[in-house]
Amino acid sequence: MISPEIINVAYIIACLTFIIGIKNLGKPTTARKGTYISIIGMVIAVIAVYFESNPDASNITEAGIADYWNLDFMQTGFLWTFVALAIGALIGTVWAKKVKMTGMPELVALFNGFGALASSLVAFSQFNNLRPNDAGAVDAVATGVTIFIGVMCFSGSMIAWAKLSEKMTGRAIVFKGQNFITGLLLLAVVAMIVLYVLPGTIIPADAKLIVMIALCAVSFIFGIAFVLPIGGGDMPVVISLLNSCTGLAVAAAGFLLENTALIVNGCLVGASGVILTLIMCKAMNRSIGNLLFSGFGAVDTASGKGPGAEPKSVSAEDAYMILEAASSVVFIPGYGMAVAQAQHVVRELAEKLEDNGAEVSYCVHPVAGRMPGHMNVLLAEADIPYEQLKTMEEMNPAMPMQDVAIIIGANDVVNPAAETDESSPIYGMPIIKAYEARTVFVLKRGKGRGFSGVENELFTMPNTLMIYGDAKATISALASEFTAE
Amino acid sequence: MTGNIVLLLFIFVMAAFLGKELIAKVPSQLHTPLMSATNAISGLTVLGGLVVCSTSPTGSLSMIFGFIAIVLATINVVGGYMVTDRMLAMFKKKEGESK
Repeated sequence: MISPEIINVAYIIACLTFIIGIKNLGKPTTARKGTYISIIGMVIAVIAVYFESNPDASNITEAGIADYWNLDFMQTGFLWTFVALAIGALIGTVWAKKVKMTGMPELVALFNGFGALASSLVAFSQFNNLRPNDAGAVDAVATGVTIFIGVMCFSGSMIAWAKLSEKMTGRAIVFKGQNFITGLLLLAVVAMIVLYVLPGTIIPADAKLIVMIALCAVSFIFGIAFVLPIGGGDMPVVISLLNSCTGLAVAAAGFLLENTALIVNGCLVGASGVILTLIMCKAMNRSIGNLLFSGFGAVDTASGKGPGAEPKSVSAEDAYMILEAASSVVFIPGYGMAVAQAQHVVRELAEKLEDNGAEVSYCVHPVAGRMPGHMNVLLAEADIPYEQLKTMEEMNPAMPMQDVAIIIGANDVVNPAAETDESSPIYGMPIIKAYEARTVFVLKRGKGRGFSGVENELFTMPNTLMIYGDAKATISALASEFTAE
Repeated sequence: MTGNIVLLLFIFVMAAFLGKELIAKVPSQLHTPLMSATNAISGLTVLGGLVVCSTSPTGSLSMIFGFIAIVLATINVVGGYMVTDRMLAMFKKKEGESK
């Protein structure tokens, strides 16, 4: 039998590789290496756990299992673990290969939900194992918290997945007394955990089973109630937050199983999710509380002034004349580009523009798309070098020097109302100052509003020209005009 | 367990600070791969499933739940890493020879 010290050293190495892996993920040049490093950590951790003797096991089963190298494998699920690993690996591989880059946000939401559910299942089985005896207070709290966070995060991720994959409306769903109900649910969760933690002399073991099942049910509803009122452009925040919660569920499961690797990595993931969430919130100039409890995406008030002038629209041919003369062009992509799958034709057009002597860049707003960094992935898919991708902070000072800004399916992130109109729901949100470019093309499917439901003044500005229609068709039309020359 | 709890909490708090330091400076273009990678890492909970499944009697509720947990967590780990790598493979510098 391998001594526990060696197992712990293996866990330390695993944790180190995860830390180094995440560090490497922070730079484009080393990011791939970072992934591989953390995969090594994962493998080490999985091998180590197979050699770990489980001190709790002796009081779990009648068989008196002390460590699983001394037991009859057929009596326990030992061999089944390999079957489970194989099934999971197979499904994961197939999904990861099949998914389109535009479908990335919903896949991440789905994976996230699975991870969360796995944590709560672990906690539930551990609870089931310990049930005849009285669990210690620490174990009991860890079990309750793991189940709550895990189940909540699972149902929340499923709603997020349904919203992102358009299996249900992506808009925020708000109902009366929402915060009141969410608050009640949260109180119920706390009550259940307290009931569970109370010693067996007060709450008998059978009653604890009912408490646990009720906790699962309430956590499930809480997760749904938590994500439903958040919609549209706020999705990047929800995804990062759910990601963070899964991390915390893993850490909580680590407390339950006394596994340091789970605690450290769960916490790393939790912290990274929180940071991403805060970055997203900052990019929208909103506090996290405001975002979670106000149902922002549902606001349907037109901004104070209302539509004054009618937006001017042009055909692709006319737009080409302007593009042909432009010496600097900046593309500003939004979720509409993902919907239209226009990233490849964008690159095509960009190459034509470059051949024509124009300087091309791309400006990506931190919350453009449906998950953090969504647009960067799509543009990278189209072979656009990442040096051409500019952040909002880099691009804004140079915006007045740009001859043409082409906005593809973005709306709120370029809405000047965020700077000027105090009554606007998006007031104060940092935007890409596309309106400062000499000419602005807005590629839009129809005359609707953005996801936030706010009128966009940019569309009626004198230097703005609308090109209605499918973004992909419009851009290919523009690109083919260049070829025709 | 109670003896260890303070130590475990200590580890937890340290890891939280470390996580904050590691992530805070990641450029926005890497947010999606970073998220899907950390997402994959959270599938480390597969360890919990392995412990529970392999120490519970075959056919018991705990063993079955552990089994499902392993499947789900492995999907999360394997799928998450593969998707991350697929995305990162696309991030190219200019003058990349492959086009």
